[in-house]
Amino acid sequence: MKYMLLIYGPPQEREMTPEEWAESMPAWEAYGNALRERNALVDAAPLAGVNSATTVRVRDGQRLVTDGPFAETKEWLGGYYIIEAPTLDGALEAAAMCPGANYGSVEVRPIVDLG
Amino acid sequence: MSTSDNNERVARCFREDGGRTVATLARAVRDLDLAEDALQDAYLAALERWPRDGFPARPSAWILATARNRAIDRLRRERAGREKLERLAALEPNAPSSESDEDPMGAVPDDRLGLIFACCHPALGIEARIALTLRTLAGLTVEEIADAFLVPHATMAQRLVRVKRKIRESVIPFDVPPAERLPERLDDVCTVLYLIFNEGYAATAGDRLVRRELCDEAIRFGRILAALMPQEPEVMGLLALMLYLDARRDARVAPDGTPVLLADQDREKWDRAKIAEADDLLARASRHHVPGPYQLQAAIAHLHVSAASASDVDWHAVAELYGHLERFTPSPVVALNRAVAIGFADGPAAALAALDALPRETLVPYHHYHVARADALERLGRGDEARASYAAALERAQNAAERAYLRTKLGSPA
Repeated sequence: MKYMLLIYGPPQEREMTPEEWAESMPAWEAYGNALRERNALVDAAPLAGVNSATTVRVRDGQRLVTDGPFAETKEWLGGYYIIEAPTLDGALEAAAMCPGANYGSVEVRPIVDLG
Repeated sequence: MSTSDNNERVARCFREDGGRTVATLARAVRDLDLAEDALQDAYLAALERWPRDGFPARPSAWILATARNRAIDRLRRERAGREKLERLAALEPNAPSSESDEDPMGAVPDDRLGLIFACCHPALGIEARIALTLRTLAGLTVEEIADAFLVPHATMAQRLVRVKRKIRESVIPFDVPPAERLPERLDDVCTVLYLIFNEGYAATAGDRLVRRELCDEAIRFGRILAALMPQEPEVMGLLALMLYLDARRDARVAPDGTPVLLADQDREKWDRAKIAEADDLLARASRHHVPGPYQLQAAIAHLHVSAASASDVDWHAVAELYGHLERFTPSPVVALNRAVAIGFADGPAAALAALDALPRETLVPYHHYHVARADALERLGRGDEARASYAAALERAQNAAERAYLRTKLGSPA
């Protein structure tokens, strides 16, 4: 069973500095390695800051491009993991290990298997 | 065998084993709807085939085997994944179990514990957990559950459809959690059971003070849980607590439906068998030396029912136990109960002092707070202030029977 872990961060006044980014990396690397050791990691990526978001809608054939994320929420999507777990409990354990869970929230969503 | 004899046998089989068989099937397919449908197929087959082929030697095993085959058929039609089919095929309804001699289910494994943990999973909304537990484990109909919680039948049906879909789509396991997660998950299970009991015992809305069937189901379920997890003191504590409260249910409502205060209850009407069962559970739980909130609440209930009369209750001990309980579950309600106990121990002036020392703003919405103040004021001879507090309580009480009681208090302040 595949699950997507969506990592939401708290509202931020500014982007992370390169130093802060570098400081946070070892925890994320260790997390990725722990998932890999369990053969649980399918895919993962961080997303560029929410300021870089552009939203597209097509209505009646008209393309509408707007600046900013789809939803005006305080928390923003910072990255994702796609993991393999036998049941939701396994996915919840993986989500609880995620460094993002310590300062933000990790939403766990099952991926629908169309195969 | 006549058809009516057979129908009666099938019905008995369903009552006794239905819950267990659903649990076993659901665990294999991780899908409650499929498990329930397959089980229904099997009982329909029994109604048709047992009169013709004879009553099977082990009806439960027959039902499980038939339900398993029907589930396999349904999965094949839906072209479901091989994994589920393999787990179903691995079910061995005829393998002898170690406890088969005294076990009326014979060879069928008991997977109900896993089903309990699935129904009470923290990933499900609390209302959904309660509804699902009553539907799946207690076997109440959708209509019965909807009526018990005063929601439209369609709303309850939809709630159950949604929660079963979440279990299936998210793959919530039907297993007992690993040891390191067990305490918190067991706490979730106890919460659901106690909420069901309380909904029956102190109905938050509606016209009857006790919705008896919910209390009965919660206790029946508590007994199953205590039998399946005999080493868990909080499970024993919860069951003891429910039994103590339930033992008083005939005495706590007057024939006209109004509530009778604990001090005024006819102790002859208390159910002594339930109290004895609770005493035994509480004694067994305390031997584990791991206190918890349910054991403490049961111990408080024990002090109430074991006193020869209301004036013999050891209120100092009650107040002390509420103090311990506050450390486990800090809440204004527990603090309020402690203040009331202090009042009984040391008189209405002490009660009023203890009540007025509590954080007023968090207790104002709670009608019991105003009842407690009114009672203390009344006993101190401060009639006008007592009336004002009874009026404040009436403004906030929701239960019709409690409202009627408060109206009589306002009509004739002693």
